[in-house]
Amino acid sequence: MTIARAASSRRSFLGHSYSLVGVVAALVILAWTLIAIFAPYIIPHSIGDIVDDDYFGPMRQGLWLGSDYLGRDMLSRVLMGARYTVGISLAAVSIACFSGVMLGMIAAVTGGWLDTCLSRFLDAMNSIPSKLFGLVVVAAVGSSIPALILTLAVIYIPGAYRFARALAVNINTMDFMTVARVRGESIAYLIGSEILPNIIRPVLADFGLRFVFIVLLLSGLSFLGLGLQPPLADWGALVRENIGALPFAAPAVIVPSLAIASLTISVNLLIDNLPQKIRDRDA
Amino acid sequence: MTSGVLNLVLKRLAIAVVTLLIVLFAVFFATSMLPGDTASILLGQAATPEAVAGLRDAMHLNDPAILRFLRWLLGLLHGDLGTSYANEMPVAALIGGRFVNTMKLAGITTLLSVPLALTLGITAAMLRGSLYDRTVTIVSIGVISVPEFMVATLAVLLFAVYLKWLPALSSVNEAHSLTDLVRIYAMPVITLTFVISAQMIRMTRAAVIETLSTPYVEMALLKGASRSRMVLRHALPNALGPIVNAVALSLSYLVGGVIIVETIFNYPGIAKLMVDAVATRDLPLIQSCAMIFCLGYLFLITVADIIAIMSNPRLR
Repeated sequence: MTIARAASSRRSFLGHSYSLVGVVAALVILAWTLIAIFAPYIIPHSIGDIVDDDYFGPMRQGLWLGSDYLGRDMLSRVLMGARYTVGISLAAVSIACFSGVMLGMIAAVTGGWLDTCLSRFLDAMNSIPSKLFGLVVVAAVGSSIPALILTLAVIYIPGAYRFARALAVNINTMDFMTVARVRGESIAYLIGSEILPNIIRPVLADFGLRFVFIVLLLSGLSFLGLGLQPPLADWGALVRENIGALPFAAPAVIVPSLAIASLTISVNLLIDNLPQKIRDRDA
Repeated sequence: MTSGVLNLVLKRLAIAVVTLLIVLFAVFFATSMLPGDTASILLGQAATPEAVAGLRDAMHLNDPAILRFLRWLLGLLHGDLGTSYANEMPVAALIGGRFVNTMKLAGITTLLSVPLALTLGITAAMLRGSLYDRTVTIVSIGVISVPEFMVATLAVLLFAVYLKWLPALSSVNEAHSLTDLVRIYAMPVITLTFVISAQMIRMTRAAVIETLSTPYVEMALLKGASRSRMVLRHALPNALGPIVNAVALSLSYLVGGVIIVETIFNYPGIAKLMVDAVATRDLPLIQSCAMIFCLGYLFLITVADIIAIMSNPRLR
């Protein structure tokens, strides 16, 4: 029965089989990415323009998602918000994963005191709750976009490091690594040509998960008023500024929340539905 | 035989202490990077340069950072948390009552979410693949994937706006009767319970499913034990260690959760105090609050690790 169900809900494409849920999730992610890139060209109103006489207006023709607390077009603001939420998170997760994976591979290959010190230090960083870390650092260095990206990246480096190191340590014990060492290859060659190709697929899945964490943390910080500052607004900040709409259940407070949820749930579902071959750590 | 476990536990505790020192160091340095000179902020714009210099001296702000860190650490050991910049009150006095409020919130949430999550997690694992299991799994993935403030806003929309059962804001001072108390705590506790339980359900379900796939459970199945006997008598005692571990780990999510929940419901706890302190850049207050949160978090993850070590019979 299980086999029959699996067969019916999976499609074969380019040699891999994909589940329907995974394809839908991928399409949602693709849509948000395109919106993030082309937002300035597709928004119906400028994000600063007051287009409605009423605040927290309902959905109607012309203002498809209602208006916000100043009577600005909510659709335009959500579309532009995608730019900040997706852009900042993507930049942060790229830095976090790149640094974490590089450090992890180097630690696994060299071993010894470098490995011990790095692991101890990053594990300690890992035991600071992420939201708290964000609060303290944002208080210290402010919340400009570069500062936010760096803060978010630093918070998630330890996790990426731990994950990559655990994978790289396994590869490090393989025979081909011993052979490469005996050949006298450099560390750069070892991590670039021997280890990385063997761990890249689980690392990419981890990249996706970490992206979700960062989107959630960024939204949380912005919601507390410590993330992106006005006039810029990401989705978390949109929820914050329209929180007064809650008693009226206006779309202004619901839509940005739904936008965050659609993105994070899609990424989670896509990773869960990746073909086994890509997802498994020991593939 | 037991010395092996004892060694591992002691080693884990030593790691916790080292970690604590690094964390305190990180908190101290992050807060000392705050822009602006503390002395001139305190004295206001009309202060003369001499007065600022005098205050800097008196507050030891000219000393090297490492010396200030050691002095702060020594003060902590004496129970001296420093004085708030914003209103000149001792930090300990500011935190005291609010700490109790936060602990109440966390305590009630724990009492509610642990039995709920364990029941759901274990039954979902028993009925693996059923409609019930899939519903529980999908809802818990959903709750994990969205920010805490969204769970809170949805709870407000549902209970305060549509059903009108509960007030959207809580104010602890207005509690006169038991019903008042329930109405005040209901919204924050419901939100936190959702956030914490989702994690716990997933981990518990995974732990039980893993035990259910072991050879001895298969043996129980083959000898004709009933499904509930198989789970309750054979699998559960062995899954207990991982489950308690999962509970402790999930409770550490309380730390992130209370920050959002206290802010959104305007609940007078230390998380709200800290968010306000960040807004006014009140350094000693931020340091102390951050330290309390880190301590709580570190305590929970250390307990989780120690339970994981103790519950592994191969180490005993």
